Amino acid sequence: MTPLAGYLLVAALLFAIGLAGALTRRNAILVLIGIELMLNSANLNFIAFWRYGPHPEALTGMMFAVFSIAVAAAEAAVGLGLVISIHRRAKTIDLDLMNRMKG
Amino acid sequence: MQETISFTPLAAPSAIAQLLWLIPAVPIVASGVIALLKQPRRKTAATLSIGSLSVSLLLALAAFIHVVGEWAHGDTIRETVNFTWLQFGATNVDLGWVLDPLSAIMLVMVTFVGLLIFIYSTGYMAHDENFTRFFCFLSLFAGAMLGVVISNSLLLLFMCWELVGLTSYLLIGFWYQKPSAAAAAKKAFLTTRVGDVFFLLGIVWLFAQTGTLLFYNGGAGSIETGALTTLLTQHAGLGLTAAGAIGLLIFAGAAGKSGQLPLHVWLPDAMEGPTPVSALIHAATMVAAGVYLIARVYPLMQAGALAGGTTTALTIVTWVGASTAVFAALIAVAQNDIKRILAYSTVSQLGYMMAGLGMGGVAVGMFHLITHAFFKALLFMGAGSVIHGCHEEQDVRRMGGLRADMPLTFLTYAIGMLALCGFPLFFSGFWSKDGILEAAQHWSVAKAPFYMLVFGALLTTFYMTRQVGYVFFGYWRGKKPAHESPAVMTVPLAILAFFAMALGLIGTPAWPWFKAFLSGSSITFDLHGFAEPGLLALMAISAVVVFLGLGIGWFLYGGNAPKPEEPDVLKKALPLPWRWLRDKFYIDELYGATVIAFYGWWARVADWLDRKVWGGLVSAVALGFRGLAHFNRFLDTNWVDGSFDKGCEELSTGGGLLARIQTGRVQTYLRLLSLAFVVLVAILIWSTRP
Repeated sequence: MTPLAGYLLVAALLFAIGLAGALTRRNAILVLIGIELMLNSANLNFIAFWRYGPHPEALTGMMFAVFSIAVAAAEAAVGLGLVISIHRRAKTIDLDLMNRMKG
Repeated sequence: MQETISFTPLAAPSAIAQLLWLIPAVPIVASGVIALLKQPRRKTAATLSIGSLSVSLLLALAAFIHVVGEWAHGDTIRETVNFTWLQFGATNVDLGWVLDPLSAIMLVMVTFVGLLIFIYSTGYMAHDENFTRFFCFLSLFAGAMLGVVISNSLLLLFMCWELVGLTSYLLIGFWYQKPSAAAAAKKAFLTTRVGDVFFLLGIVWLFAQTGTLLFYNGGAGSIETGALTTLLTQHAGLGLTAAGAIGLLIFAGAAGKSGQLPLHVWLPDAMEGPTPVSALIHAATMVAAGVYLIARVYPLMQAGALAGGTTTALTIVTWVGASTAVFAALIAVAQNDIKRILAYSTVSQLGYMMAGLGMGGVAVGMFHLITHAFFKALLFMGAGSVIHGCHEEQDVRRMGGLRADMPLTFLTYAIGMLALCGFPLFFSGFWSKDGILEAAQHWSVAKAPFYMLVFGALLTTFYMTRQVGYVFFGYWRGKKPAHESPAVMTVPLAILAFFAMALGLIGTPAWPWFKAFLSGSSITFDLHGFAEPGLLALMAISAVVVFLGLGIGWFLYGGNAPKPEEPDVLKKALPLPWRWLRDKFYIDELYGATVIAFYGWWARVADWLDRKVWGGLVSAVALGFRGLAHFNRFLDTNWVDGSFDKGCEELSTGGGLLARIQTGRVQTYLRLLSLAFVVLVAILIWSTRP
């Protein structure tokens, strides 16, 4: 097993855990945490592919990862803001109870 | 105005001639401004109106002095300013204005008399609610009338002419709440319209023959020698040349405006308007427009006359004028409304003017027009003062003895009355009427008009004496005592009274200034003017006639006019003729039974046609369309709607199915997304497998 495959396996595992969290949890904050896990597994892949890729001296993977983290931070802020706003209106953050957009 | 103004090439018009358009424009603009004022702005309205006409008067005086000055140098001036109004193809329609002795003297008369009447109106209409509107109309009228006077184009003249007709309608119907006033306004408008149709025909004919409607255009105008020669070569049947026929058509328009037989019926009814209107429009200016028009197109009427002779057109004008003069004077004898007497008197005097034009030429007719304008305006305004003082009473039988209550009005009215009667030597009417009688005496065609006019003069004196006897002498037969009018009304009366006497001086046989001015010949003071054969005898005849009329009138009505409920003296003596005269020879009834009945019948026929024939046709078409519509509806409900509804249903079902996926829960969406992602990855792996 090459080191790259090891990293990818860890990332896939992390992604699976994040997805399972996002899909099963009812608490909106925990869903957000799951999403964060998925994002970070993707970051891990960026770093791994860069580090073991053809041009490790070009710093491209790192740049990508930094961008991704910045975007993730912004996303988390927006997501938490939404959660707070929903809590103010509905007095709950249980996602199963938020079905007003039902078609 | 644009740069297309092309001045006549002969000589550049003087500054005053170029500014002549301002004379009508200023009152018209003032009228427009007044129209925008609110109703309570009475003072502003009156000031604007009077101010604008004062400006016009000053300009008119400047123009007049300019013309007199040129005349003193020995030049007859006729300055025109023409410009192209419309151009289609090679045809131009030109408009323009003219400054010559005729228009100059009319301008001064209209603006001067008009201004006095405007001032008088501020007193007479002081209590009227619609004071502002009144001055708006008055200004518009004055502007339109001045436009008629300065026009050098028959078309421009016609436009202003119609504008005059419109304002006349508006002013007669000024108190439109009164049904009689509204009816009188309509009658005036429609009756004059009858004449105007002929007038318009004449204009079109003239344009077709000569290609221009300008009067004077440096030799190329429609009433200058070139065009007249063309017109004379064509014959219109009945012994008329084209010139004469066109002249007669124009005369029909003039007859409508000037109340000549048989279109006189509107003028007495027009007395429903406020008295200043009667004075301004139906005595001094508008009705004079017809006479002025004939004077303006005189070359057309006269074209083809043999030396010293006359033409068919002028003969007809004379006969119409003379008949009108006697006819209206007869009716005036038996009227009891103070304004109606004056109205018929106006019709009669307009007849004199027409006869004067027909027999003696422009100067004779125009001189009577000018003097008449002054003394008739005076009489009307005096009558207005009497009505005002007698609390809106108009029936002469309910007045009497007013000479003590209204001394100023009486004095001025008496002067006006003597001028109208033609009292010898000191009054203008004597000289102007004498001119007409002299022309009639020497007329080559027939002697009858002379006798008719002399008889008319007798009647004039008689009915005026009767009126004055009723109103100012005897004892007061009304209810509330009368009072004198305010100075704003009596001062204009006094000014007019002065001119009613003084104007005679410019037209005596010894010093015929007026005639010389119009014809541009030189003038000297020469007492031998009286020595013409027959002239002194004529003056004696006319003096005798006046004294006779005064005598009979005084004998019958002086000091012992009957009470309102008693019959008139003449009625007791001659009941049947009296009834005929009182009912105006049943002309109104005749028109009612013929023209109006015919129109009524025609309207009913048209109504029947409309309802039955055209209405049936329309109904049939409508029925056809309704059938078509029913067929369409059948198609719609059975074919179109079915398929459409089916489509809608399918769409709705599909939407319902899709809506099931839309649960509103984010995690469901996420789940679907993950599933799809897994499927996508599976497909990718599947497809890249070697």
